[in-house]
Amino acid sequence: MAKPNPTDRKYSKEHEWALDHGDGTATVGITDYAQEMLTDIVFVELPPVGKKVEQTAPLAVVESVKSVSDVFAPVGGEVIAVNLPLESRPELINQDAFGEGWIVKLKMDNPAELDGLMAAAAYDALIREEKH
Amino acid sequence: MKKTPLYERHLSLGAKMIDFGGWLMPVQYTNVIEEHHATRTRAGLFDICHMGEIEVKGPQALALLQRVVSRNLEKQAVGQMKLCVLTNEQGGILDDLTVYRLENDHYMLVTNAASKDKDLQWLETRKKAEGFSGVEISDRTDELGKLDIQGPQAQAILQSLTEADLNALKYYNCLNTIVAGIPALVSRSGYTGEDGFEIYAAGERIGVAWDRLLAAGAGAGLKPVGLGARDTLRLEAGMMLYGHEMDESVSPLEVTYGWVVDLEKDFIGRDALSGQKKTGVSRKLVGFEMVDRGIARQGYKVLKYGREIGEVTSGTLAPTLNKAVGLAFVPVIYTEPETEIDILIRERPVRAKIVRLPFYNRKDKAVFYNVFI
Repeated sequence: MAKPNPTDRKYSKEHEWALDHGDGTATVGITDYAQEMLTDIVFVELPPVGKKVEQTAPLAVVESVKSVSDVFAPVGGEVIAVNLPLESRPELINQDAFGEGWIVKLKMDNPAELDGLMAAAAYDALIREEKH
Repeated sequence: MKKTPLYERHLSLGAKMIDFGGWLMPVQYTNVIEEHHATRTRAGLFDICHMGEIEVKGPQALALLQRVVSRNLEKQAVGQMKLCVLTNEQGGILDDLTVYRLENDHYMLVTNAASKDKDLQWLETRKKAEGFSGVEISDRTDELGKLDIQGPQAQAILQSLTEADLNALKYYNCLNTIVAGIPALVSRSGYTGEDGFEIYAAGERIGVAWDRLLAAGAGAGLKPVGLGARDTLRLEAGMMLYGHEMDESVSPLEVTYGWVVDLEKDFIGRDALSGQKKTGVSRKLVGFEMVDRGIARQGYKVLKYGREIGEVTSGTLAPTLNKAVGLAFVPVIYTEPETEIDILIRERPVRAKIVRLPFYNRKDKAVFYNVFI
């Protein structure tokens, strides 16, 4: 069963999370529900540091044995850090999607974009709906 | 969408179901990698009820089969099975299938799920066209269930549920016996690169065989395995899949099926294939592995010196080898092992190299190899 969705961050419909650090930066990853759907993640393609992305644009790629999935930017901004250990240990996303399995840190163009994302309770409801 | 007799069992095992050739099939129960390793190191049980079974009977059965498959079946003994391809006039592959000789004038053809109706129609058409009116062709797919048990523990587990002496059952041979109290046809064969068995029994009783096999194998580590791992297992073993490596525009001489083509024999497509043999084919299927980071997938382009030279037909991360591997068509000049190529992954060329097939070869294997039987 998926781990509970932490209430300290915001969620997108495409199952990404964004954790606001309050200084104009945010950490981004995919949710535990998303990793559960993908199951065995075997490859992560990280963007180069310095890459600029718009909100909802493709940001990274995660691949399971059977599937290739885009990770979309939940907020727009510039990539200021990537989780390099994912290149050799992509399974970190399976093990700890909300922690060690983070994907990038963004310097946000417009932190107000976070307001358009879901809080944990709304995201819980979205997952419940998808499961039916 | 069609369901196999085991559908409810898959749901209660928590399987993720997908459409495969018009059938709702389990792609995975837990995850692909676990199921893959279970098959390589212990044993895996597969629901293969979706595959087609066509019976061909009568005094002219062999004569008809000799016309439609490229392999010479003349010397096939009763109790033997043969891997074959059905070819059209152009020498293109209509399907790849196994042919069991059950009795002198009685054969069973085991086809890909999605090709079964096409194969059936082709056989009927050829029967009429060639005047083999005495041949009886019947579709047994709906009545027959099929399970594969594969892996180093497969024999011990199956042996605990049957009185047949499995030690005496040779590779690509079959016998009629009782499995878990149910009349069954068992062959030593499979699609994983491991030792194992394919078991055919009445569809209405196949669920009982499934339950008893899982129970008997629990201690030995037997796991139900979905189509996801079936695909990674067959690809590691260098085996092809219809719809990926083959379709009606692909000739057996372009893929790894040259050995099932007997040009001395008269069959549909022979002239075209003889011509190809004489002039040589321009492209061939090869195995490759990624040199730089990336996983090749079906449909990705193959590049050489920046120019497109071919296409990937199957690609995955190979769990046993922990390498990204694949199969692709390339021009004959680039088929030598160690030839460097690039795979275009998301608009970026990523380095790869041609390697010999199979990618994986099990250690205890005798002189024969699955693909060459």
